[in-house]
Amino acid sequence: MQSSRDNHSTLAERFNKDEARVSWHDQTLWWIRQKRDKAAWSLGEEWEGLRSQASQIKAHTLSNLSGYLEEFEANAIANGAIVHWAADAKEHNEIVHKILQDNKVTQLVKSKSMLTEECHLNPYLETHGIDVVDTDLGERIVQLANEAPSHIVLPCIHWKKEEIGELFHKHLATPAGNADPSFLTNAARIHLRDKFLTRRVAITGVNFAIAETGEFVVCTNEGNADMGAHLSDVHIACMGIEKLIPLRRHLGVFLRLLARSATGQPVTTYSSHFRKPRQGQQLHIVLVDNGRSQQLAKEDFRNSLKCIRCGACFNTCPVYRRSGGHSYHTAVAGPIGSILAPNLDMKQYADLPFASTLCGSCTNVCPVKIDIHDQLYKWRQVLTKEGYSPKTKTVAMKTMAATLSKPGLFSFAGKWARRIMRIAPWLVNNKMNPWYKQRNMPAAPKQSFTEWYKTNRNKDKK
Amino acid sequence: MSSRNEILKRVRAAQPTLIPMPADLTSTAAGDVHKFTEVLQGIGGRVVLMEPDEEVPQKLKELFPSANRVVSSIRSLEAFFLHDHAQLDHHSLEDVDIAVIEAQFGVAENGAVWVTEQDTIIRVLPFIAEHLVVLLDKASFVADMHQAYQRVAYDAYGFGVFIAGPSKTADIEQSLVLGAHGPKSMTILVRS
Repeated sequence: MQSSRDNHSTLAERFNKDEARVSWHDQTLWWIRQKRDKAAWSLGEEWEGLRSQASQIKAHTLSNLSGYLEEFEANAIANGAIVHWAADAKEHNEIVHKILQDNKVTQLVKSKSMLTEECHLNPYLETHGIDVVDTDLGERIVQLANEAPSHIVLPCIHWKKEEIGELFHKHLATPAGNADPSFLTNAARIHLRDKFLTRRVAITGVNFAIAETGEFVVCTNEGNADMGAHLSDVHIACMGIEKLIPLRRHLGVFLRLLARSATGQPVTTYSSHFRKPRQGQQLHIVLVDNGRSQQLAKEDFRNSLKCIRCGACFNTCPVYRRSGGHSYHTAVAGPIGSILAPNLDMKQYADLPFASTLCGSCTNVCPVKIDIHDQLYKWRQVLTKEGYSPKTKTVAMKTMAATLSKPGLFSFAGKWARRIMRIAPWLVNNKMNPWYKQRNMPAAPKQSFTEWYKTNRNKDKK
Repeated sequence: MSSRNEILKRVRAAQPTLIPMPADLTSTAAGDVHKFTEVLQGIGGRVVLMEPDEEVPQKLKELFPSANRVVSSIRSLEAFFLHDHAQLDHHSLEDVDIAVIEAQFGVAENGAVWVTEQDTIIRVLPFIAEHLVVLLDKASFVADMHQAYQRVAYDAYGFGVFIAGPSKTADIEQSLVLGAHGPKSMTILVRS
């Protein structure tokens, strides 16, 4: 397990020890990114229009979020749901626990909800003697391994099938050595079907909540949210307050974007619209703030609340693909997680906005046009001003600033650096130099650009 | 209740000046069964076009010769209809081989069909069965999701769902497996 002091680069370094695995992880995610491209391009010119539309609907919603929250609440209550409000993770967990206590229940099934990960609901409930079974296959795998998901859409993307075979052999008594994905999936199906049939409470996440109708939509491919919710006596849906959209017909825009951006599918297998509880069923909706209103107040970072959690920015990110989800040490990893997390705790997540090359690929694939890489850059400025930037970087940046501001010193330092890299490459190609880790230093050019320019300008004159 | 007012107060103070809602995107493309068929096949489902003189029960026997328990939410399918649905424990549908339901329309761009609680009578029915069969009229196709939501914009369902293909997962090394928790196959019977 990681200690609380491990930062992104330490954790990434650990992940990078196994080079073959890093390449495999990198290529798998890039393949998903390519599927996303194909799906997006299949819509031709429509795609960019959809992105703009989604971004504008979200911008509008955020500018009247209080109004839409009240409208949603009123309609949800009229539909027969019970609406709860949680200011933070602690209150969210207490509300869920209270519902379980009121219903005298100690076991439940849960479908994917990054919000409950963010709130650390599972460990909280477990300390209160509640048995929680995650029913998304990938989430069940990491739960059995006592890990957190490493990706918001593909929770066990860092696991090899042989390792899953071993895990299932230990926990589900599958034959040793069987690593066939179909076989293992079927074993999980049988194991989890028993849970669906015997648990009285189901927790689900929420992809979209509609102010106009008081309903919410949950998207899955496996059907686990529906199996849990429809067979339960009590359905608890947990959502961040930024999940609101104004009108039902706006779903047309978001559902066209979500699965195409996430996995390259035209739509998820199930897009389930929960409006009223089933006859005799209790339906609870927990609306959670947990820092979102604070983020809303920050003009530079407000747009991060438009996120629909597709994971496209993860799959395209050259850093995420090579450092793994756990290196971000937060529930939502990747580029979007790196602009969300510092809002919750600037000190603990000060390293994350620096875990980026600022290449801008995340911004280019984002279906709701969040300016992710600009926000990463802005967070760096905020963190540096607040004194939270990493120490080695601060020293390096100060040295750099001093060198760049003095042309004489710059040319002197450059000359010596090139000379050293040629004569004594071991002085830079060693473990003391962070740039040397998992990389080879480039060959040093013989002369600087200034030197080249001077020589060639003189040549022209002759 | 105290958190409610506090959260709303904080949100009200934090939100920027009102940004107008954009005008709706609309589309005029026509939806048809061919595009729908192509897309649904791509995501693991199948479309079977029925001849005018073919009957559903015979077709089912032909497609699923070894099925034991076949149930339906369609009243006209007398032999399969869930007559006892009002008293039925929904968990008891656990061993259903084939669930036959009717959908309101199909969406050509993504192979999804729209189904509400009125169509399934029991919400869990299309999820719990081993195989799902959906009846659809040949005229009931829209081109895309914008048109789909125009159709259902003001419907007062309790539960509604777009279903696009069999239940599936690729969580184990991105290998696609059909039949995660729900049906292992989805067949659309298109009536002319």
